[in-house]
Amino acid sequence: MAETHSLQDLQQPAASSKVFVQRDYGSGTISKFQTKFPSELESRIDKQQFEETIQTLNNLYAEAEKLGGKSYLEGCLACLTAYTVFLCMETHYEKVLKKISRYIKDQNEKIYAPRGLLLTDPIERGLRVVEITIFEDRNIGSGR
Amino acid sequence: MKNCEYQQIDPRALPTPTPTPPPHLGHDSDKTEEPKRRPRRKWQVFPGNNRFYCDGRIIMARQSGVLPLTLGLILITSVLFFIFDCPFLVKHLTSCIPVIGGGLFVFVVITLLQTSLTDPGILPRATPDEAADIEKQINNPGNTGYRPPPRTKEIIINQQMVKLKYCFTCKMFRPPRTSHCSLCDNCVERFDHHCPWVGNCVGKRNYRFFYAFIVSLSFLTAFIFGCVTTHLALRAQGGKGLVFALQESPGSAVELVICFFAVWSILGLSGFHTYLVASNLTTNEDIKGSWSGKSEEHVTNPYSHKNIFINCCSVLCGPMPPSLIDRRGLLPADESVQTAGVDIVLPTLATKNVCTQGTKGLLESATIPPLLSTSCPQGKPPSAHTCPDSGPAVNSDPSPELPTSCGARHTASSHGDNSPPRHAKTRSKKSKRAALHIPNPSFEVPVSPTSPDAGPSSKRRGHEGASFASLH
Repeated sequence: MAETHSLQDLQQPAASSKVFVQRDYGSGTISKFQTKFPSELESRIDKQQFEETIQTLNNLYAEAEKLGGKSYLEGCLACLTAYTVFLCMETHYEKVLKKISRYIKDQNEKIYAPRGLLLTDPIERGLRVVEITIFEDRNIGSGR
Repeated sequence: MKNCEYQQIDPRALPTPTPTPPPHLGHDSDKTEEPKRRPRRKWQVFPGNNRFYCDGRIIMARQSGVLPLTLGLILITSVLFFIFDCPFLVKHLTSCIPVIGGGLFVFVVITLLQTSLTDPGILPRATPDEAADIEKQINNPGNTGYRPPPRTKEIIINQQMVKLKYCFTCKMFRPPRTSHCSLCDNCVERFDHHCPWVGNCVGKRNYRFFYAFIVSLSFLTAFIFGCVTTHLALRAQGGKGLVFALQESPGSAVELVICFFAVWSILGLSGFHTYLVASNLTTNEDIKGSWSGKSEEHVTNPYSHKNIFINCCSVLCGPMPPSLIDRRGLLPADESVQTAGVDIVLPTLATKNVCTQGTKGLLESATIPPLLSTSCPQGKPPSAHTCPDSGPAVNSDPSPELPTSCGARHTASSHGDNSPPRHAKTRSKKSKRAALHIPNPSFEVPVSPTSPDAGPSSKRRGHEGASFASLH
């Protein structure tokens, strides 16, 4: 009996459900996610912690899309070179996206994975949603 | 029961979770790809109506429209200019002329190619999980027999009420300013229009290239026109006459004709887009009058920065957003991808939203079969030669009833090709009438200029449209 029980666990991966944090368009078309705490995560993580993660992400995206001196300079230079400079240079946006990627990986390792959660980088979902996968923790049950 | 090929994946080690379903008996060796087969890239399973080159680096719409014609005209005019006019002008005026001309020509071609070959801002379709989540939220126990009623969500942006529509093809609520292009079968961010002259949609990512293209093209055509006129005037001096000048330099006559018609339309188009850039509007919004304040309430454009300079800078020099569709990413071997075949392609709806912007002479559109030309609402009144059939680009924001009835009756139409029957519930009733006239004058149809709104009569006209479509 115990054997089939553990085999069952082996065959079935940890069950998971997904929660999607949608975009917040209240300030226009800029990339910003809703900071509303999803009810499915209530048992897993602090509301404060979650909001801090989302807020940091929002700030990073705002930095990527900021209209300022640096981005204008980049734009003008690109225009003068008939935009061929985009072929060789990494844009400011891309650099910030890499930063976001590192931040998410970092958050996953430190905070979310120990709680059985996994954040997916929004860029892999077309910047539409922040996908959070909730893994059912079976180890507690079967690890005897 | 233990299966050797099953891979236990530690979810915590994965950067992106791809939950593998438990393998079924005996099918694994056939179903999972053998490791020695090269993994496919995402562009190979892309569900939209696009073509990819250079292993996913270059993206174009499936129908290249009149891009070859555009390129051809620019090349021919410029080559004739360099052959016939430049030598004379260099001798009599200054050698700067070919330099300026050459520089403009190179700039025009580069920006044209960038407009055509860049991802305009395509939004990838929602994953099945996301779509299911949205369905749950909407909580609509719709019947399976027909499409559920269209879904909208209202949000407030800068004190303006904006409606977000649900895209049935991409299975998500479209972000603001996003529209679904039925020719390319993609949702495009900040959708401006689908331009057949460049063979691609114009959206968030390539609008600046498009603008640079039309502005530099207007400079180029004006420059060539001016040079040719000067050249012919100089040659005709001394009482020799224009005919003599033209005989000596026949290429100039061709250039003159092309440039004369091009200059007005391209200049008009550049002016129009300069206005759009300065007010941070898209062609789509301008045509639909979204922010023109036609209702009683005070309606303004919520996306405008209220300052012309800032608007221009943000549209043209703002940060360049990345492509969201990850064309060159590798597919995981066992991921089941959304296939395009499953989705019902929304038939193109006949709201003509721009298409041949800057018709390079209505004369040309008259000679080109109705396939290509459509009405240009931009400065010229729609010509009688417009045809709502396969050419037009649409942004699908018609009245909500249409997708319902279309979807019920027309299933799995082919991508963008010869047109599923259109309901001509449209802005330009003239073109519907024109379409009925063009192909088969002997067809005894009492064509009334009213748009087919009434129920049974609309169906009848829809079928008539179908018969005409098949004639094409």
